Amino acid sequence: MLLVAKGIAKAYQTGEKPFKVLEGVDLEVREGEIVALLGRSGGGKSTLLRILAGLIPPDAGEVRFRGRPVRGPVEGVAMVFQTFALFPWLSVLENVALGLEARGVPRAERLQKAREAIALIGLKGFEDALPKELSGGMKQRVGFARALVVEPLVLLLDEAFSALDPLTAEGLRGDFLDLWLAGRLSTQAVLLVTHNIEEAVALADRALILQGSPARVGREIPIPLPHPRDPSDPPFRALVEEIYMALTEREVVERHLEEELVRLPEAPVERLTSLAEAMAAHGGRVDLPLLAEEEGLEVDELFPLLEALELLGFARMERGDVELTPAGRAWAEATSKERQVMFAEHLLRRVPLMSRLHRALVERKAVPEERVLEWLRDHLPEPEAKRVLGVIREWGRFAGLLGYDDRARTLFLPEGEASGQSPG
Amino acid sequence: MPEYALRTAFRMGLALVFSILFTFLYAPLAAKTRLEALLVALLDILQSVPILGFLAATVGALAALFPGRALGFELAAVFAVFTSQAWNMAFSFYQSLKTLPRELDEAARLFRLTPWQRFLRLEVPFALPGLVYNAMMSMSGGWFFVVASEAIAVGKTEVDLPGIGSYMAVALARGDLAALGLAALAMLAVILLYDQLLFRPLVAWSQRFKYEERPGQEPARSWVLDLLRRTRAVRRLAEAGTTWALEALLRAERRFQVSQSPSLPTWPLYLLLGLFAAWGLWELLAALRPLGLAQVGQAFYLGFLTLLRVLGIMLLATLVWVPVGILLGQRPRLAARVQALLQLLAAFPANLLYPFFAYLLLRFHLSLEVFSAFLMVLGTQWYILFNAMAGSMAVPEDLKEAAKSLGLRGWALWRRLLLPASFPYLVTGLITASGGTWNASIVAEVVAWRGHTLEATGLGSYIARWTLEEGQGPHLLLGIAVMSLYVVALNRLLWRRLYRLAEERFRL
Repeated sequence: MLLVAKGIAKAYQTGEKPFKVLEGVDLEVREGEIVALLGRSGGGKSTLLRILAGLIPPDAGEVRFRGRPVRGPVEGVAMVFQTFALFPWLSVLENVALGLEARGVPRAERLQKAREAIALIGLKGFEDALPKELSGGMKQRVGFARALVVEPLVLLLDEAFSALDPLTAEGLRGDFLDLWLAGRLSTQAVLLVTHNIEEAVALADRALILQGSPARVGREIPIPLPHPRDPSDPPFRALVEEIYMALTEREVVERHLEEELVRLPEAPVERLTSLAEAMAAHGGRVDLPLLAEEEGLEVDELFPLLEALELLGFARMERGDVELTPAGRAWAEATSKERQVMFAEHLLRRVPLMSRLHRALVERKAVPEERVLEWLRDHLPEPEAKRVLGVIREWGRFAGLLGYDDRARTLFLPEGEASGQSPG
Repeated sequence: MPEYALRTAFRMGLALVFSILFTFLYAPLAAKTRLEALLVALLDILQSVPILGFLAATVGALAALFPGRALGFELAAVFAVFTSQAWNMAFSFYQSLKTLPRELDEAARLFRLTPWQRFLRLEVPFALPGLVYNAMMSMSGGWFFVVASEAIAVGKTEVDLPGIGSYMAVALARGDLAALGLAALAMLAVILLYDQLLFRPLVAWSQRFKYEERPGQEPARSWVLDLLRRTRAVRRLAEAGTTWALEALLRAERRFQVSQSPSLPTWPLYLLLGLFAAWGLWELLAALRPLGLAQVGQAFYLGFLTLLRVLGIMLLATLVWVPVGILLGQRPRLAARVQALLQLLAAFPANLLYPFFAYLLLRFHLSLEVFSAFLMVLGTQWYILFNAMAGSMAVPEDLKEAAKSLGLRGWALWRRLLLPASFPYLVTGLITASGGTWNASIVAEVVAWRGHTLEATGLGSYIARWTLEEGQGPHLLLGIAVMSLYVVALNRLLWRRLYRLAEERFRL
């Protein structure tokens, strides 16, 4: 294992309250691989990279490079910067030789090595130019040469292609990948921070997705495609799609977690099923006003229902249209027994409140209603808390995930649920 | 005469060298150690003390060190010029160290540059353009002081300090107009040579180190630099020389690699400094005690009169030069030419001209009480004009076009665009000019012509008078202390607020 980070946390002081950027970040970079680190802009990617590079200290957690703790920049890790970070008063050759100079390599030798690195990255003939004479793409080539000349074991790329126009970026990416694949670099691993999904799929062997706020590594997606990779290939597209989903879907859930996931919409299960059936009858995609008319409801009466379907992953709303997901269609067309099982599945997976409650029930068999209400009151005003309790009770009972004792005002685990069977 | 001029020029050069050494020592200490707060505060105070007041004290002290010889005065003159440059330059370097671009700092740390390497490859190059510009500007003030210090030496002792200033003082005593004219010409020649042979090439060369290039700025050019660059032998020599020096420094660093020294607690140092300051204050009070409260009140009253002159003339100069500067700035080609001329004017020590004015005042029976204010601003008004021009030239083209397309013209255009956009520059100019004006008050409130001495009531004349009296240290001390107080108060109450306003509201 070349580079390992464990439990990294970092907060920034903004105004009075510290703003947590990273929390509980774990990651590993192994020999022979290119790892892409993806996340929303401002989501802590660059901060994490700087912590890995030893440029800024984490608030908690530890970074280890070849087993040794990192407390400041270490020999063996080099970085290519998004903004190039070339010293404008030094020539290309001097810029590239900078890292060698720092190590005390004699002048003749370091100039020789710098020349070789410059030739390797395709800048021969520009040794004596000043950075300002170069185009963006050439500047970044200098950035690469400067990083590669110190023969780092781990190369960190901080949005290294983002400041370039697409064509230039692709050229440089291709050249770098060729060097990497041909084994002409002494570098053993590359960590690439990017917001460009296609770039990640084109280069990396696996992608790590930073999610949430504060961010942590939420998902790891392997990219087992052989090189050369063709961006129009279906497997390539599928991976781009998957990463895209991972980046966006989670974000929606995250937002819901704060408010909507607790504030469940007022949607009796019966109405949900009949609505789903009606939509399936329309071929799975209907426009809202039409649907409202068919169901004999006002459009705004429809909203809690649609919200619920969306929350459960049975429908998607899109610009005034509503569409059943494959799961939603299956649900609408299922028998009532299957319907119950599917509903339970979706409820547990997509409604954190339900999964929490369910866990508590599995553990203790019964939970006083007041306890749930108390927890809800922490997040919602009183009437809302009561209403939501009613909704989760109704949904849970329909799904067979919980029972309710009206007199003891206690929620309990139904018979047989623990063994995975639905009650009759 | 040429020898006198050379001597003056040499003093300037020596002071510049000392200033650079001081800058490279002081600024990194201030920027990188835990003494930062203290050192910056100290610099701030040193910048506020009227240097000419200092001068009298140092001349006395250094002359006493080397009795009967010119060396003491020589050192005092160099020191005077040094004090007019060193603080500015150290502050400029400190600011550069504090505003290193984050990415370059990160790259330097990531590639683990050694401390020397970081200093030579990153910090000095980044600071160079600002440092060179600052040195050039302080040099303008420096001429003023070298002349004044040479003249003071004449006033006090038999020992003469050959230079343009002393030549001038002698000519003045004799009332020799031709000699005065010659001295002025010699001064102009020295300034021109310094400008063409030293600063212009330096400015042009330092452009290589500009971190960000602003579009639309004319690159500075210098025929001397062009010539040097075209001469292959010189270029080779320069390259080989710098390479050798750099390598030697880096090698030396490696040989004497110092292990990270354990960080010492700073409180003993602070304690020591605190004791020192307390002792200094005690001594000051002890020295001032025999003067009595009445004398202190008198000094504050005189200071108030000088303050009125300073503020009044600054207001007047602003009203005159800001519109002119802004108008000129809107005509960049003309402005570029005027700028070169202005630099010369600003560098020309205004105190050389005072005798002419004394002659005029005597001739037309005018009161120095009012006109001393004009003398004070003679050398410093150019900062206002200079900065107004720079501000006006820096108004972004797109804003000008937007204003034009909206039909803004006349007063509306000035009020909505030109004045606000150049405001930060104007404030900078005013601050510089104000500092210079206080300093000038010490020589401008007393002027002489052929044995006739004109004197205005004010703190400047108070200091000047006691400078010339032997054994009147306490009075002089009081004068300087009170003037420093006024300057500091004005800085805190007015200039700093304006500066903050400029930074927050009007910085583009």
